[in-house]
Amino acid sequence: MPQPAFIEIKNLSVGYTSRSDKSILVLRDVNLSITRGDSVGLVGESGSGKSTLALAAMGYFKRGLHVISGQIHFDGIDMLNIERNALQRLRGGRLALIPQNSGQSLTPNLRIGQQITEALRLHSNIPATDFHAGVIDLLSQVRLPDPVGLTDRYPHELSGGQQQRVAIAMALASNPEALLLDEPTTGLDVTTQAHIMELLRDLAKDRNLAMLYVSHDLGAIARVCNKVMVLYAGETVLTGSANQVLLSPRHPYAHGLLASIPRLNEASLPQALDGRPPMPSETITGCAFADRCKLADQTCRSSPPPLDHLESGETVRCFHHYQIGQLNRKPQKSAKSNPIATCKNSALSLSNLSVSYSQPGLFSKLFRSQDIPPSTVERITIDIKKGETLGLVGESGSGKSTILKTIAGMVPAQSGNIILNQTEPLDTMVEKRPAAYLRQVQIIFQNPDDSLNPRHTVAQILAQPLRLYYGLSGTPLRDRSIAILEQVRLGEHYLERLPSQLSGGEKQRVAIARAFAADPEIILCDEVTSALDVSVQAAVLDLLDALKRQDGTTYIFVSHDLAVVKAISDRVAVLYQGRICEIGPVAAVYSAPFHPYTDALIGAVLEPDPDVAPRLTADDVVELSPPKTGCQFQRRCPRKLGSICEINIPPAQEVAPGHIIHCHIPQGDL
Amino acid sequence: MLFMLIRRVLLGGVTVCIVSLIIFSGVEMLPGDACTQFLGEYQADDELLAQCRKDLDLNRPAIDRFAEWTQGAVSGDLGLAADGKTKISTIVGDRLKNSLLLAFCAMSLGIPLALLLGVISGLWRDRLPDIIASTLAIFAMTIPEFVSATLLILVLSIWLGWLPGIVLTSAAAPSSEFFPEILLPVIVLSFVMCAHIMRMVRSSVIDVMASDYIQMATLKGVPYWQMVFRHALPNALLPAINVVALTIAWLLGGVVVIEVVFNYPGLGRLMIDSISDRNLPVVQSIALIVASIYVCVNLAADLLTMIANPKLRTMYMRKQ
Repeated sequence: MPQPAFIEIKNLSVGYTSRSDKSILVLRDVNLSITRGDSVGLVGESGSGKSTLALAAMGYFKRGLHVISGQIHFDGIDMLNIERNALQRLRGGRLALIPQNSGQSLTPNLRIGQQITEALRLHSNIPATDFHAGVIDLLSQVRLPDPVGLTDRYPHELSGGQQQRVAIAMALASNPEALLLDEPTTGLDVTTQAHIMELLRDLAKDRNLAMLYVSHDLGAIARVCNKVMVLYAGETVLTGSANQVLLSPRHPYAHGLLASIPRLNEASLPQALDGRPPMPSETITGCAFADRCKLADQTCRSSPPPLDHLESGETVRCFHHYQIGQLNRKPQKSAKSNPIATCKNSALSLSNLSVSYSQPGLFSKLFRSQDIPPSTVERITIDIKKGETLGLVGESGSGKSTILKTIAGMVPAQSGNIILNQTEPLDTMVEKRPAAYLRQVQIIFQNPDDSLNPRHTVAQILAQPLRLYYGLSGTPLRDRSIAILEQVRLGEHYLERLPSQLSGGEKQRVAIARAFAADPEIILCDEVTSALDVSVQAAVLDLLDALKRQDGTTYIFVSHDLAVVKAISDRVAVLYQGRICEIGPVAAVYSAPFHPYTDALIGAVLEPDPDVAPRLTADDVVELSPPKTGCQFQRRCPRKLGSICEINIPPAQEVAPGHIIHCHIPQGDL
Repeated sequence: MLFMLIRRVLLGGVTVCIVSLIIFSGVEMLPGDACTQFLGEYQADDELLAQCRKDLDLNRPAIDRFAEWTQGAVSGDLGLAADGKTKISTIVGDRLKNSLLLAFCAMSLGIPLALLLGVISGLWRDRLPDIIASTLAIFAMTIPEFVSATLLILVLSIWLGWLPGIVLTSAAAPSSEFFPEILLPVIVLSFVMCAHIMRMVRSSVIDVMASDYIQMATLKGVPYWQMVFRHALPNALLPAINVVALTIAWLLGGVVVIEVVFNYPGLGRLMIDSISDRNLPVVQSIALIVASIYVCVNLAADLLTMIANPKLRTMYMRKQ
């Protein structure tokens, strides 16, 4: 006998009215039911309507959105026709939300204690005198250190992981029966994310909660959910158990999505899912996914597929779901199986580079000159060969972006040298570098929305390096621009477009094209795929790899995502607090022997596989600055030896040719 | 925190010093001086001119006179007016008091009204209360003050006869005697300043109401008005502090047009009169006073922002 649904959404369509008075649908005819003890994962690309659906379960719609048809019930209560007071009691009461980006979801002018007390006052029966004790109890339940001190803190004084825990504590204040989670770990470091996922898993189990978990991260979904629903362009395309959806997806979109995720246990680049989802305003006659689907035929384009209920309990919206096996038989790309022979010559060598952000002001120079904090980045010595891709990986604050900015000349180095092509030392200030050197080092930034001038057309964006370095103009300029656009797999018709007329992936391609227009020796990639959806990320990685094969360019690739770094790099450096922990060929770094920090990072990665559990070795404490002496990882290290780690800089141990680990632990024990 | 405070006060002091230097040298560089003005057509008589300059102490080097002037200004003695008899502190003192009175009245009417209207139109964005308030604000900002002032005199004083149209009280009269004559200028000033502050508050309230933490508060079940007063307004009103400060400084520095239209004996009119009389010592003194007012009010606003904004407050606290 199945349990009655706790959260029940029936035939829900939500839309907004466009300027031309047309009704535009964001969600189309969606059904969702969650029983107590169930954790449902809601998956989809940005714009698929997944957050709208989750918030709809609370009877909440963003400004401008309205329900066109359908019903929403929570434990039998009609959420669309409910009195305001009753709704306020439910929200944050029996039905609580853990928001995306807690840093912005906590009110900046209220102390942590005040915000949690408010939740207790609104939704619990405990007497006012017990509020303080209640707050401290909640904060310790989410395993926050020093709960008493924390109550007096303001949200901005906490780290991202701590803020997220506070948001969870606030949601638990009312002892809820259902939890809605809207991308609760996006933007957090891997180790922090893994710890929070474990906390959520335990909570769901202990309290028999109904959970709706929205995420684009299939690894996180695999960890906490037992059922998964995949949304595409506002429609349900696939539902099933977590095992069914994540291990043998029956819909081509879900299949493509899973294939596009880079994984730690695979050496090759992930398969890209080409194209982009339709905009809500586009009219779709057939299947919304038809344009990107390899199985699509005439039927798919002319008539919309119905949602089929399969015997296995899955539902799938596809005419050809029984042919899904054909997609698996595609030959694996041999991208990384034969790495290109790297030249012996050095493209860029960093020697003993150190960077410090703290510049004492006039007053502190005059009044308190001692107490100089340790440098943000220190002792960075790396030699990068021509045609090599060096991955820099680490959590936020590891100094990886700082190193890139220093190479680019945007942040002055405190000491050390940067030498280009073995002989040409680069000045630390970009203004003092000659144009020829500038051309040879190009950078691609994380967010193309910020790095492309919104008022320049693609033609103008590409013209800048071509004019500056090659003095092109007129027809040669145009021809060269078109050639470069074609290299990044965009056509001539993109020339006159503005960045706002491009999708996220296309914008990043333009940014890549701009970097390649200079025909550089070295391209610095700063988290270039972090702002993109996974399917788009795979396409961008594929493009970067293809361009490198063509031109033999050297990349320095910074990312917090270990699987991405593994997929693209030849050699990897693992950084913690601005110091190198481990450096070596990619296969060596990602397998034993490990530096304790590398081990902690790799263990915390969540694979999109419900059967794989993360290994959590180190705590997810955020450190604001590196220790003054000894090993950078001493305070979090699970294998700390003792005072030697606090006093001496760890020695470089070469455990295999080119594989160096900086650690006091003897080579054999690593 | 204390460190920061001392730093800001010192910087303010430096600003005032630089301003006083610029004012003094500006006045020095003008062709002619009090004596050429005073003597008029007789200035061609070199002997007379020299005598006059000696009487008025103008023949000493500029640097000496600057030092003397600043020393006096610090102790509150601004020296003598161009006629060489009247003390500037007496003339300016009365006018400053009157300007403060006008500014204080306009502030106590205008600022609360502006905040109220800004919050209302922000919360009821694009609906009737907002449309009415925003339209009025645009009128208030675009119609020049002398037009709205004249219109109000026409309606409230000439047609309806409710309020006196101009100020006839003398500059030295006690504050209480300015009522009810001061009411019309106060109304016009509040109207103008209200518009600027209101627009600012409105957009800030709209931003905050669209923020993630307000959505979170709603979804936490916080009742609407409690959310507005606890979560939204403390954050929405922070950016208003600086606009309010600029408005206050503008009011205190003498609102020339309004004072002229209503014949109000404030600093602004004294400034205009002194300029046309070539009474340069008075002009100098007023400019110095206005500059100090700007520096003080902005300093106060920055400190207030720092205290009211938990981010800034904790930043300076922790530095200690």
